[in-house]
Amino acid sequence: MGFRNANTVIEVRNYSFKYASSDKETLHDVNLKFHEREITILVGPTGCGKSTLLKSLIGLIPHMYAGSWSGSVIIDGVSIQDRKINDLALTVGYVFQNPENQIFMFSVERDAAFGLENLGIERAQIRERVDWAMSLMGITDLATKPPHELSDGQKQRAALAGILAMKPRVLILDEPTSLLDPHTALELIQLIRNLRDQLGITVIMVEHRLDLIARVADRLLVMENGTIVEDGKPREVFGKNSPSLRNIGIPTITRLYQALNSSRPTGNVPLTVDEVVDLIRQKQRTVSA
Amino acid sequence: MIRFEKVSFHHPNGQMALQDVNLEISPGEITAIVGENGAGKTTLVRHINGLLKPSEGEVSVLGMNTRKVSIAKLSKLVGIVFQNADHQLFSDTVSNEILFGLTNFHFSETASRQRLEWALEHFDLKDYRERSPMMLSGGEKKRLCIACILAWEPQIIILDEPTVGQDYFQKERIREMLVEQRDAGKIVIIVSHDIEFLWPLQPKLIAMSSGSVIAHGAASEVLSREDIIQRSKLITPQLLDLWKKVPLEGDPPSDVKEAAERISKLSTWI
Repeated sequence: MGFRNANTVIEVRNYSFKYASSDKETLHDVNLKFHEREITILVGPTGCGKSTLLKSLIGLIPHMYAGSWSGSVIIDGVSIQDRKINDLALTVGYVFQNPENQIFMFSVERDAAFGLENLGIERAQIRERVDWAMSLMGITDLATKPPHELSDGQKQRAALAGILAMKPRVLILDEPTSLLDPHTALELIQLIRNLRDQLGITVIMVEHRLDLIARVADRLLVMENGTIVEDGKPREVFGKNSPSLRNIGIPTITRLYQALNSSRPTGNVPLTVDEVVDLIRQKQRTVSA
Repeated sequence: MIRFEKVSFHHPNGQMALQDVNLEISPGEITAIVGENGAGKTTLVRHINGLLKPSEGEVSVLGMNTRKVSIAKLSKLVGIVFQNADHQLFSDTVSNEILFGLTNFHFSETASRQRLEWALEHFDLKDYRERSPMMLSGGEKKRLCIACILAWEPQIIILDEPTVGQDYFQKERIREMLVEQRDAGKIVIIVSHDIEFLWPLQPKLIAMSSGSVIAHGAASEVLSREDIIQRSKLITPQLLDLWKKVPLEGDPPSDVKEAAERISKLSTWI
């Protein structure tokens, strides 16, 4: 796998976390490396610890939540516990599931500037970065609009622009497409992929809609009960005969392929309809020849 | 039966939200309403429990004109599960949340207790009966919302985007519940973008765009039309897409099992 040799951006090492209000660990001995330019999808049933892991990657845990931990989360060689949270904000950007929880200023551009203003960045530079982020997201013409007049897809782009203006090296998204129709969801995912290609950023996102999204990911992590149980390229992970896959939404077309090849349950599996169409045509040609 | 006849609705500011809608929705089938945000899906649904009355035309629900019948009467017949569970839950315990509707609809104490136990059992909430709804996970909250509505056995069940924020396992449970209600002869209406979730249910589909119904019919027919897919901002379900592209004989299969059986019968697949 190409990314195994790429630069590590975030490393999670023997990391466990327990909320003060809970009697058992939410994350248990997690070991992970996130690499530069890698798009990772994190899946797992509700309550498995996905959100806790995301919060740990941006330092919200342990800085803002009461609890106890062991092990460490290391960004650029420095443990997160030893860094200030406003310093981390320039390295790791976090987009909430519902953009309405994130955008709140009177206009799209003011909202996109909010993070930078809080960090005391110089005015001219803020202007430049905000314009850059809005143009990347294709929302320059919405700059002066109040957020409540935007469609859901536009709100999601506005939220992303505010984060991108901080020029993070890592982008973390919590179910970015759950409120979007399938068409707009695919557009957003394409946009995220372009960001990786153009800016070389690392993307980590929680997603349940694997039918749509597995195909654009480099890596799929499956979580269960606070630990990582599967880790690999989506088509490798889906190709495994692992009981933990029963609780995640393997794409319909992949399940069909597996049903047709029950004697060969493991290996690389197709993720799109077009791949399966090709396979069927190949078979048809072989038989007719 | 629910019937919309020449229904239009405009907001007080004059903005048109529904335009000349004509529909019949029957019991014993699942009807899915699809369309981009702002297409009028929620406005349409609110006409069914009388929260909104048509500006022009008529809506009749189980033979009653919604203009002439009280919301109180309609709301006992029509249960709506909102998209965001937090907008629906407010009681101090799970049990009280379920009892709220039953009490308001004047169920006797014995009947209320029976229905409560049924709902707790059926939706796997027994262990949480004394817990605050706010302490439940997202999936559990959604189950509780559905339990609260089904407890008083409405004839018509409407779910607004029930799969948002739900994991695979929860979605499967919601799907089973929809089938159960359909088979019990209820009118089941679901507003959803989640086309892979809907496809195995083979619902009647109502596609909306800019306040108008642009298609109404069997899912396989409506979703075979490229113009409807584009205007509703949908994506073709994978099994239908496969059937169109290969092409394979007969109607497209509704689930993976059926698809695999039919493909493996072809001598070309080994």
